[in-house]
Amino acid sequence: MSRRFAKLLLGSAFLLLGACARVAQPVHYFAEGRPAKLSDWQVVYADGGHLVLNGGVVAYDLNTPLFSDYAHKLRTVWMPKGVGAKYDADASFDFPVGTIITKTFYYPLPEKASGDNAVARTYDQSHEFVAAGIAGSGLDLRHVRLIETRVLVRREHGWDAMPYVWNAAQTEAELARTGDALALDLVDEKGEHEPFTYVVPNENQCAGCHVVNVKSKEIAPIGPKARHLNRDLVYADGSENQLAHWSKLGYLSGAPAAAAAPRNASWHDANAPVADRARAYLDINCGHCHSPTGPANTTALDLRSSAPADRHLGLCKPPVAAGRGTGDHIFDIVPGKPDDSILPYRMASHETGVMMPEQGRNTTHREGLELIRQWVASLQGSCSADTDTH
Amino acid sequence: MRLFAIAVLCASVAACGGNAPPQALSADAIAFQKKLQEQLLDAKPGTVIEIPPGKHALDRVLTLRASGVTIRGAGADKSILSFKNQISGPEGMLVYASDFTIEHLAIEDSKGDGLKINDGENITIRDVRVEWTDGPKTTNGAYGIYPVKCKNVLIEDSSSIGASDAGIYVGQSKTVIVRRNKAEKNVAGIEIENTIDADVYENTATGNTGGILVFNMPNLSQPGHSTRIFKNKSVANNLGNFAAKGAAVASVPAGSGIVINSNPKVEIFDNDIADNRTANVIISSYFSTNYWNKPGVDPNYDPYPRAIYVYGNRFSGGGDSPDGMDLKTLKVALFGLNGHFPDIIWDGYQDAKNLVNGQPPADERICVGADGLDVLNADGPNKYNNPKVDKTSFKCELAKLPAVQIPGKA
Repeated sequence: MSRRFAKLLLGSAFLLLGACARVAQPVHYFAEGRPAKLSDWQVVYADGGHLVLNGGVVAYDLNTPLFSDYAHKLRTVWMPKGVGAKYDADASFDFPVGTIITKTFYYPLPEKASGDNAVARTYDQSHEFVAAGIAGSGLDLRHVRLIETRVLVRREHGWDAMPYVWNAAQTEAELARTGDALALDLVDEKGEHEPFTYVVPNENQCAGCHVVNVKSKEIAPIGPKARHLNRDLVYADGSENQLAHWSKLGYLSGAPAAAAAPRNASWHDANAPVADRARAYLDINCGHCHSPTGPANTTALDLRSSAPADRHLGLCKPPVAAGRGTGDHIFDIVPGKPDDSILPYRMASHETGVMMPEQGRNTTHREGLELIRQWVASLQGSCSADTDTH
Repeated sequence: MRLFAIAVLCASVAACGGNAPPQALSADAIAFQKKLQEQLLDAKPGTVIEIPPGKHALDRVLTLRASGVTIRGAGADKSILSFKNQISGPEGMLVYASDFTIEHLAIEDSKGDGLKINDGENITIRDVRVEWTDGPKTTNGAYGIYPVKCKNVLIEDSSSIGASDAGIYVGQSKTVIVRRNKAEKNVAGIEIENTIDADVYENTATGNTGGILVFNMPNLSQPGHSTRIFKNKSVANNLGNFAAKGAAVASVPAGSGIVINSNPKVEIFDNDIADNRTANVIISSYFSTNYWNKPGVDPNYDPYPRAIYVYGNRFSGGGDSPDGMDLKTLKVALFGLNGHFPDIIWDGYQDAKNLVNGQPPADERICVGADGLDVLNADGPNKYNNPKVDKTSFKCELAKLPAVQIPGKA
């Protein structure tokens, strides 16, 4: 087990697996259909009380991730032998047919026993898995609650999305095309509880975020873009930039040196400028819908990191179809005035019909909200009939 | 003073209420929802999804992404999709598809919009009722029936009740017919926004804050133009405005029959417009909304209503008790305690760069027909200092707009 895990942490697609508790099978790419069990894919699975990755499956992390009710996420990518993704400076990489991307949502358990549904409210820095991997054990399931694993698979016709929900024994995840709803209870360091309903998306809701072009209606990955991946990650043989690591493995071609690739800030990097952190946060949490091609292009609000910092980004922009989501405010962002701005209001809410993003969370990201409020407070200008914000 | 600077009565929505999981659905309801979701996931061109009679409780949005699909119930009072316990949405039904027909069913109590159709062509909505069953509340969903960025849209024999923004709201669309519908107890009954070529006829809008609205908002994918509003009844739309401040319709005064804001080429004829206590017809610019500001509005946006033609309508009552202190004061000052505004109020803003001898070009004027009608010019540009009834400036005619035709439908 430990040998095997150490090898996969090398990230090599080509190393053979060593002996372990279970007979290792290669990753299985299904060219069609929806396998009933997550383990059918042989990408990420429970084995001997640990969540492990198969050989050639590479864990990755993003500079700033999507907030999902404080869930931690293990992201992986796998590609068939001999093919790789093509680099793009802006869009998601062009992945070859056969690519399997997974994202496993899990929570560390609270340190003190806190009830059946209790999970810890902690930052997602997504390092547990990698750190545990270096220790040679995979993710120890005694300390985490596995929720769901979402699979994005690149087939001949395009990407398909499938949600799998983990069973209570944490031995297998079953296909849940129509999603699921789970009662969970977030417990913070002080022992305060916040019960909420964790919603596993149905396949159509997967598309709600992953159809980033409302005209083409095609599903696409969101995370694996240069600006999100351009960071170091600790692998078994040391720290390396992810773009360089993928390139070395043959998973990526055409990537420039890391310094020449775009890079979003980490939202919780206290050393980075607030504006960079806020724009990175809005980019990954909002930009897949709020772009000129996305389903929220009806609103004329563009929250990608590349959007001009004017009305396109919401400065002094009247809302279009916010309804009660305005919270009685009349502009998306009023420079200097987070309390008068719609955007932080909708982030603060966790009420369906008010909150943004519209789906994918049922709690408020307190720390993300605070960042956006700081950023709005730092903006100069006013929304008057006579002056510009610049 | 601003024409629409009215007090908003609604309470603000609490940002951080409790977050206890809502009541779970019954096992039968869960099974019904699962089956319906699977039908939507598996739908292909030609699929007809039947909604059986009964009130079906659902807790998450129904999404359709396949084109060529029909969703059909047994009647707008028989097949009811109820989202009272919704945990995920926010819409009741969300459609990203073309060649779509939905008919003979109801969508009730969704947290957000009732039926939203985004970026589709050839959309038919027939005998669909969208309703918030607790009556008008700020916490109701924004829009009842909401096609946006669609082309060839037919909405007929449907109804919307209780929307906290607009009941039937067509946004950024092209070639639209809205006919024989009912809109009641919404903030806006029917709203046509940033839409090109819309015919709105034989509808009844009553008991809303504003009956029928034609708006252009800035910054959007297209400016709208060419809307005909005819043979409608817009009666007694006097409901207190319950939209959240900042919502597009929050600036509409209660008691508005038909409102044109910043939208060109609008023809209003052969309607029954009555008992709307602010005014039966309001024609206004974006400057009269609360949203005008320089940095937030596309400099290419045209804020003026141009080529507005109001003729041959049957007016009665109305204008006798306008909403908001400013308008009340104005009414009393000009017309006395027992008087009333004329049937048409204009905010007085016009494009100064465009005037010839004080008038816009002949084909861009506001006209009320050769016989004339009293129009109150509220004198907005001069801070409403000299409002006056104008009997002559609007005595003119405009070329009539062609009827809208939807290929193969109407």
